[in-house]
Amino acid sequence: MTLPPQVPLLEVERLRVEFPTRRGALLALDEVSFSIAAGEILGVVGESGAGKSLTGAAIIGLIEPPGRIAGGEIRLEGRRIDKLPPAEMRRVRGRQIGAIFQDPLTSLNPLYTVGHQLVQTIRTHLPLSPSQARERAIDLLRQTGIPAPEARIDQYPHQFSGGMRQRVVIALALAAEPRLIVADEPTTALDVSIQAQIIFLLKRLAREHHAAVMLVTHDMGVIAEACDRVAVMYAGRIVEIGPVQQVIHQPAHPYTRGLMGSIPAMDEDRERLTQIDGTMPRLNAIPSGCAFHPRCACVMPRCRQERPELMDAGATRAACWLLAEGAV
Amino acid sequence: MLAFVIRRLVQALVVMVSVGLIAFALFQFVGDPVNNLMGQEATPEQRAQLRADLGLDQSAFVQFARFAGNAVRGEFGLSLRQGRKVSALIAERLPATLELAFVAAVLALVLGIPMGVVAALRRGHPLSQALMAFSLIGVSLPTFLIGILLILLFATALNWLPSFGRGEVVQLGFWSTGLLTVDGWRHLVLPAVTLALFQLALIMRLVRAEMLEVLQTDYIKFARARGLPERTVHFGHALKNTLVPVMTITGLQLGGLIAFALITETVFQWPGMGLLFVQAVQFADIPVMAAYLCLISLIFVVINLVVDLLYFAVDPRLRVDRAVAAH
Amino acid sequence: MAEFVPDPQPPGPSVVPEVAGFWRRFLDGDLWYSFRQSPIAQVASLLVLITVFCALFAPWVAPHDPFDLATVELADAGLPPAWLDGGNARFLLGTDEQGRDILSALMYGSRISLFVGMAAVVLSLLVGVALGLLAGFAGGYVDAFIMRVCDVMLSFPAILVALLIDGVGRALFPNAHDTLAFTVLILAIALTGWVKYARTVRGSTMVERHKEYVQAARVIGVAPWRIMGRHVLPNVMGPVLVLATIDVASAVIIEATLSFLGVGVPPTSPSLGTLIRIGNDHLFSGEWWITVFPGAMLMIIALSVNLLGDWLRDALNPRLL
Repeated sequence: MTLPPQVPLLEVERLRVEFPTRRGALLALDEVSFSIAAGEILGVVGESGAGKSLTGAAIIGLIEPPGRIAGGEIRLEGRRIDKLPPAEMRRVRGRQIGAIFQDPLTSLNPLYTVGHQLVQTIRTHLPLSPSQARERAIDLLRQTGIPAPEARIDQYPHQFSGGMRQRVVIALALAAEPRLIVADEPTTALDVSIQAQIIFLLKRLAREHHAAVMLVTHDMGVIAEACDRVAVMYAGRIVEIGPVQQVIHQPAHPYTRGLMGSIPAMDEDRERLTQIDGTMPRLNAIPSGCAFHPRCACVMPRCRQERPELMDAGATRAACWLLAEGAV
Repeated sequence: MLAFVIRRLVQALVVMVSVGLIAFALFQFVGDPVNNLMGQEATPEQRAQLRADLGLDQSAFVQFARFAGNAVRGEFGLSLRQGRKVSALIAERLPATLELAFVAAVLALVLGIPMGVVAALRRGHPLSQALMAFSLIGVSLPTFLIGILLILLFATALNWLPSFGRGEVVQLGFWSTGLLTVDGWRHLVLPAVTLALFQLALIMRLVRAEMLEVLQTDYIKFARARGLPERTVHFGHALKNTLVPVMTITGLQLGGLIAFALITETVFQWPGMGLLFVQAVQFADIPVMAAYLCLISLIFVVINLVVDLLYFAVDPRLRVDRAVAAH
Repeated sequence: MAEFVPDPQPPGPSVVPEVAGFWRRFLDGDLWYSFRQSPIAQVASLLVLITVFCALFAPWVAPHDPFDLATVELADAGLPPAWLDGGNARFLLGTDEQGRDILSALMYGSRISLFVGMAAVVLSLLVGVALGLLAGFAGGYVDAFIMRVCDVMLSFPAILVALLIDGVGRALFPNAHDTLAFTVLILAIALTGWVKYARTVRGSTMVERHKEYVQAARVIGVAPWRIMGRHVLPNVMGPVLVLATIDVASAVIIEATLSFLGVGVPPTSPSLGTLIRIGNDHLFSGEWWITVFPGAMLMIIALSVNLLGDWLRDALNPRLL
């Protein structure tokens, strides 16, 4: 179900993130551009090291040094946030952008009760009294599906199971009613059965709060379940982006096709798993032109020299010279 | 939790017994036990009598039991060097050492922890580097050298502070204290600073290292991602998590202060237990050595126990709540 | 996120001898780079090298032999350093109350201090690593026992243990000659330090033990000690090396303290600690140089070794970029 495009809540334009090393700067994100509308869930998928988490970190403004944003713009509700002074950015974080990280076991401070951490976050951003904040905290816990929240609010993180902890993390991310949620592999560390619950919860909350969600994951199943649109990343670039059904069933980019093709289907009878030959290039050895060309079965001379921009491919957009030539 | 306490008590007991064994071995096999207990002037008849009394002809086990029984009552015989009862000697000197150790401990903590926090938060800043340099010097200088240098500077050259002894003491029952007089404090300053310096440097480095580790954790990252102010992140979250392991290690270190005091006491001629022990080692005065050993072990064991219990009180993860089932 | 990978080796003849290959990898590697970047590490290493050099070659480098009674004259006693009034250029740093040259005494003293310190560290390293490997590999009761011993030892400060052993040694061998005294001393210091090696090695061994290559080796029938020695040990040596470096500084300080207290090296071979003690007795007569120079030397040794160890630890730690 795709919502009609409006003024995008989040716009990322030609974002570049680099890591200075003693042998020169390594470009980890290379001209990444996309946008997310309010109420929409955008999935960002790719192999480890493709730059998905880094994109999320750049948006929140928490790239680990020595990494830094070297170019491009990030706009939230029309306002530029990539060059804000730290104090301003801090206000944006939590209030307008909520973040969810991968490991619920380590995301919560073990020495404070869940309630304390919730109330602290709420009162940082909203002018509520302690009792009002506590009420709100209990309500948040209830919304995220934690039973008996009035009792559990005073418990410590180690007294919750993994799935419950992730719900607490989600509650914390939503505490100040952010417009954008950046979720970095929120279900990777959880059991499959719990995964489904968490995904469902995220979807529901996003709809209810009319928030935009950037869902970073390497799990295509999660993407298929949860997202409206999906962006496929490779070697720090977006190679394909579009509505989720189209990207999965009619991928235009050879890499995406390879990805989809390598997922075994339940009803198929296959002897061997298909894989894409080779591996994703290291940051200090990114190929010229199209980064995927060494592994591409359809490689053309142009691919080795010029880097393709995202081009129209029917319902999706993909960065591939095959589309320019008109031959698919 | 009760099980935990009992386990620790048993462990403590085991340590005390092993230490007792060592002390007993010292008594029995190093030098002549009769000599140790009677001193040099006893006549052969008295010695023979004592030998029978002591049951030195009896099994080692019985002898150890007797020794242990005596030890528990604080009875260690006579000092070979001074001819006086060991227990009296130690009781006399204990307050001096404890006061010194206590003041040094407070100094080390009150200065060391904030310095460590600053060094961690402003990593790379000149102040932090200066602090680290200072701590490195503190760890590289042997305590006695610090003492000597301080004496050279403040006592000999500047003549601001006295360089040896305890000064005026006030007798409160069996405890003699130097804390109630200005003169006593004047005498206390240099030794306390000397003793504290090494610990201060250690604590500072520890706090810094631990805090840097904590600042890398996911929950700190998440706290920042929630937009919490830096001060809350640093002091509310990071510091609290840092102090928990630091506290344990520090507690154990502070126990070491009482032992480390012996160096300081030697340099400043501070009339404490440590000085007594050093003199005992120089003279191979076994009874004093054995008694000191047992006493120090007791102090350590008690401190360890207290620190463990404190840990329990501070870290909620250790208070296993049987009522809660993960679901 | 980003991966840092050194540049691939340039294609070249594969006939390069092993040693040269190792050297090139070393010079290209992060450790050497980190060293070149750090003036502190360079200065520290230089100081350490100078100290070790003086200590090793003291008999040939020192201007006098302060312990050869034939060359020492009372007439030279109590001279201040050469740049002060009354000083003598023959005795650059002055002389003590018996006419011995302080500079030479420094070199000889460092020799003894370093010797004792390093010997103690080597001994405690051997004991600690062996016990750690044993505990980590054997597990069960052996491990539990060794760990309990470690715990008990850890709760006693080094000085106390050293003093105790030394005192017992004195009582047992009241007229020991020098070699025995040195042995007891080195033993005493070594026994204070082995615990940290044991713990570190045990931790790493336990991690390695569960890895598949170890299990594979066991299945083939390779003897356990061989597995430990050839496979586990190299993986563990990094942190152990850092510990050992810093440990040398502690060992030297402990020895100095013991000698200062009068229960360390025998008086015929004075170490820096002994010199400081001798000087301490003369502090009030104003002859400060007898104490200050040995003290400064001690501090320089400890400081530079500690600095080196600190830098080494940071350089070998992949996380602290």
